[in-house]
Amino acid sequence: MADNSLKAIRMQVMWNRMIAVVEEQAQAILRTAFGHVAREAGDLSAGVYDVDGRMLAQAVTGTPGHVNCMAAAVGHFMKYFPVSSMKPGDVFVTNDPWLGTGHLFDFVVVTPAFIGGRPVALFASTCHVVDVGGKGFTADAHSVFEEGTLIPHMRLRSAAGLNEDLLGIVAANTRNPVEVRGDILSLISCNDVGVERLLGMMAEFGLGSIDELAVHIIDNSREATREAIRKVPRGSFAAEMSLDGYDAPISLKARMTVDDGEITVDYAGSSPASNFGINSPKCYTDAYTVFGLKCAIAPAVPNNAGSLEPFKVLAEPGSIVDPQRPSPVTARHVVGQMLPDMAFGCLAKAMPDAVPAESAGSIWVLAMGSAHERTGDPRFANATRFNVMNVGLGGVGARPGKDGLSATAFPSGVGTIPVEITEDQSPLVFWRKEYLPDSGGPGTHRGGLGQAIEIANSEEAPFTISAATFDRMRFPPRGRDGGKPGRVGIARLASGKALPTKATHVVPAGDRLIVELPGGGGLGDPKKRPLARIEADIADGLVTREGARRDYGTD
Amino acid sequence: MADNPVRLAVDIGGTFTDVVLETPAGRVTTKVLTTPAAPEEGVVEGIGVVLKLAGIGAEAISLFIHGTTLATNALIERKGAKTAFVTTAGLRDILEMGYEKRFEQYDFYMDKPEPLVPRPLRFAVRERISARGRVLMPLDAEDLRRAAEAILAAEAKAVAIGFIHSYAHADHERQARDALAKLLPPSVTICVSSEVCPEIREYERFSTTCANAYVRPMMAGYLNRLRQRLDGMGLKAPLFLMMSGGGLTTLDHATRFPIRLVESGPAGGVILAGRIARECDLPAALAFDMGGTTAKICLLDDGEPERARRFEVARIYRDLKGSGLPVRIPVVEMVEIGAGGGSIARVDAMKRITVGPDSAGADPGPACYGRGGKRPAVTDANVALGRIDPDNFAGGRIALDAKKAEAALSADIGAKLGLDRFWPAAGVSEIVEENMANAARVHAIERGKVIDRYTMVAFGGGAPLHAGRLAEKLGIRRVLIPVGAGVGSAIGFLRAPIAYEVVRSWRVPLTSFDLGEGNRLLTGLRDEAHRVVSAGSGTSPLTETRLVDVRYVGQGHELPMVLPNRALVGDDLPDLRRRFEERYRQIYGLALPQMVLEIVTWSVTMSTILDAPARISTPSATSVAKPSARRQVYEPALGEQVAMAVYSRPDLKPGAALDGPAVIVEDETTTIVPASFTATINQRGDIVMEARHGR
Repeated sequence: MADNSLKAIRMQVMWNRMIAVVEEQAQAILRTAFGHVAREAGDLSAGVYDVDGRMLAQAVTGTPGHVNCMAAAVGHFMKYFPVSSMKPGDVFVTNDPWLGTGHLFDFVVVTPAFIGGRPVALFASTCHVVDVGGKGFTADAHSVFEEGTLIPHMRLRSAAGLNEDLLGIVAANTRNPVEVRGDILSLISCNDVGVERLLGMMAEFGLGSIDELAVHIIDNSREATREAIRKVPRGSFAAEMSLDGYDAPISLKARMTVDDGEITVDYAGSSPASNFGINSPKCYTDAYTVFGLKCAIAPAVPNNAGSLEPFKVLAEPGSIVDPQRPSPVTARHVVGQMLPDMAFGCLAKAMPDAVPAESAGSIWVLAMGSAHERTGDPRFANATRFNVMNVGLGGVGARPGKDGLSATAFPSGVGTIPVEITEDQSPLVFWRKEYLPDSGGPGTHRGGLGQAIEIANSEEAPFTISAATFDRMRFPPRGRDGGKPGRVGIARLASGKALPTKATHVVPAGDRLIVELPGGGGLGDPKKRPLARIEADIADGLVTREGARRDYGTD
Repeated sequence: MADNPVRLAVDIGGTFTDVVLETPAGRVTTKVLTTPAAPEEGVVEGIGVVLKLAGIGAEAISLFIHGTTLATNALIERKGAKTAFVTTAGLRDILEMGYEKRFEQYDFYMDKPEPLVPRPLRFAVRERISARGRVLMPLDAEDLRRAAEAILAAEAKAVAIGFIHSYAHADHERQARDALAKLLPPSVTICVSSEVCPEIREYERFSTTCANAYVRPMMAGYLNRLRQRLDGMGLKAPLFLMMSGGGLTTLDHATRFPIRLVESGPAGGVILAGRIARECDLPAALAFDMGGTTAKICLLDDGEPERARRFEVARIYRDLKGSGLPVRIPVVEMVEIGAGGGSIARVDAMKRITVGPDSAGADPGPACYGRGGKRPAVTDANVALGRIDPDNFAGGRIALDAKKAEAALSADIGAKLGLDRFWPAAGVSEIVEENMANAARVHAIERGKVIDRYTMVAFGGGAPLHAGRLAEKLGIRRVLIPVGAGVGSAIGFLRAPIAYEVVRSWRVPLTSFDLGEGNRLLTGLRDEAHRVVSAGSGTSPLTETRLVDVRYVGQGHELPMVLPNRALVGDDLPDLRRRFEERYRQIYGLALPQMVLEIVTWSVTMSTILDAPARISTPSATSVAKPSARRQVYEPALGEQVAMAVYSRPDLKPGAALDGPAVIVEDETTTIVPASFTATINQRGDIVMEARHGR
């Protein structure tokens, strides 16, 4: 009894330690990354695996887009470099979108840990680097070949040292060679930290292998997940969604089948892959679909091979949610970040009172740069050259029993970039960044508000804006259970002209850019919203008097 | 302050007010209950107790240092003044939008913290400053007048003014303050962001300014009442307030910037650890403070903690980063986790024991308090493991019920995991110690520090119980439990300098900027800091520390670098670069010689000079201590219960030595010496535990 009790307690301590170790790994990247997407938005991931490639723990720091990608990525490495062939000092790398985390910007680095020359575990990490060449962060490429340089699975370091030949190729193919090298080196060193911590733990507990711990983690997590799934009614539930797309609307279709402790989502019937870079590789599709399901069903179970096993995602090869090489994929999040709403759409039919309404979804990346170089207008010969990025975030769908969050990222884990930081790095001026009244979808519970952002160049010179990631400008986030849709997103010039989605536009000299982010959908019949809540919204200026009359029927 | 022979320190905490009086004859201490409705009552009561103990009158006190959590509590409980916020037109929702980020990814029910100022009290005024400090649009007097009318109508008691880029050009904020001061009654307090927090990043600056305005009427009221009560009892000594950054400031200045008083208690503890580190010649000290609700860990090198300028108050969601209100003020850099004696233990869906961050508090308290608490807390585990003697807790003043502790542990932990006897308690204590060890490791690695080289200094009621096991987990070989560990923060107050830091954002590349302008900026900061400090320190000599935050262009994390205390010259810049890269390499393992560096923030700290610490030599064992009893206590490293010798701390004289496993009991706390440690008492009475060789 005493031995078993002590063992049970130590098993728990070690599981906690594993989670702490990968969190240390992730924090190390967060601090040293040059890519603003990695740093400001936390677009990174870190995890530890057993020698069979099963993920045992993944850092909470990071973004949902990496959930399943990272779980699968190490398995792909092991096909090219069997564990038995790995040597102390080895580090491996790839940025293959299909076998990594979905686009060329994410480098995945894997490091084996050894005890006495025998591999005992693997560490993997990834972060979004600044630039990989090609067309940069746009959706304009027609194939992955135009999107930058793909590094297949390769050895990045061996006992003899760094593979400088490989790093040289990477550096020669990016606009920011120093930063990208720095990011890759920081992935190597964060894995080294993980290895050192794990070996320290194994020494402390006198372990020669983590096999028993792996079984404990995976079995308990799988069982907890299955138990949670058993609370979902069995059956088959479908959902559909339309998105603006690039050149043509996209149709997403999903059918969710709930079995005994198991859920399968099948995207059969969804649109074929786009000719533009908004396709979501299967690994990324898996990640955001499972993220949505986990949020609603088993939010507290940590991510590992066991907790992910009961969820299966199917898609037709060649579709927009399973594009094949060489489909372009840079702005994969335009489709990928809508998939939690697909999962919720299916679940709403199984568990009507347990999921939120649709959200603004995919984040609007506000990539802006000087344009006087292109227009050649002599009045602006001395204007400042710049290239900056900000983020536009819309409303989250209303939640069971609660209004939706306004101007907040969902499902993405990113945050905004301060106005003062963007203005400090450019001559831009944000004249407005404010909630957009009446944009939240009406309902018993109101959708979160979108926001209006109005930007000018203080030097009056023209500037560009890429609309690559603007969506839900035509098809709004929908409500549920009688709740109404949130307002569609709008991009336009202050002088009036509408800016169509996805392309890159020039804001003319002296004009201003106005983007209005979509509002979240409402939940439940707006007529059932308590009058006091409507009055409070009016007092707060979140809903106008006319809006209340129109949407809630108040007098 | 060596010429102040009778010094008083008072630390108001959530439950207890700690009072320490030091006289040439020695130190007396007491704990009295905090009186939230009128905190000065508890303070006056506590002062009365220590004066009586010391047998002296109030007029004999020559210096009074005070720290309080009142500002923090007002923010947590949202009991501050009705506050209005006047800001740049077009940006009035910045305060509510915050980071526009979910701090808990998997919980779609999570809510963001409510802003201190609701939307109807946020007033937009037309004006605009550019990032370079240029006026793009003049301040609109008519908008201000309308805002003043609305503020009057709403009967707001405090106003925060925050305009975009005001750190670069403060005129508009000053003009707005002057205009509003004329339009509003004098009782309405007005704070401007360029004075409270002149740093870039609008949300954090606005949040700090609003928090300052929100707590100011209450704090000013309290501090003025306290001063009157002190005067009334004949306590005429100057009153200084402890700030979160570890320095003291005057009553007048504290009344203007009360936000700088949050977290003053923990800062006091760290100062004590720093003083001990100097006295005992510890180049690397880890301060470990564990109370009822949280544990705090801080690393000190050469007696100095690292400092930071960002802190989050009033977290609303499982202590998660991002769930509180950001304030940019000078703070001591430490990690705080929800692990204290009252932290609740439970079993989750994966059959894992989890502990905290919710706490049973003082009422109902842990199950063993017998006040109706049914859920097991860390203190219950310590009772069940034999670490705490239920009959002698808090010097026997609070009787603990071991049966109730065991019943709660058995019901909530044991029954769910199939663990009997003391095993549920063993699991809870292992997990809470593991959580603290993990937090300490992450904190150290974030700073590029090697944790097992540190000596632990443990204080606060809970720390001595867990310090030994925590040291084992971290590979730390020496642990010091100071005398008076239970009131460590208040003792620390008496070791703090009068100090003030003034900060300004000004981003320039390290290679090419106007040195003249930089020197003018530094001189201005110095003059401001000097003015604040000399108001309290008179003609005492001061030290000056000039810091800049430096980073690679494009990276988000800055490292503080020291500048010489004189005008900068061109040759200083390559030296700064060299030192930056050295420190960067130490933390991140590589440097990037091709990258451009930039300075982001400038600061100057002025401080009084502390008297040199008396050196305490390493203790040598001169006698073998005699145990007063033996009892069965769980020994985690051995994984079994063993009969441990029990010693009474007051009986242990300098030079007394003992071997672990052992229990050392005193009124405010209990020290556990693990089997892998020995302990010796040094000449001041501190317990010094050393790992046995070959461990």
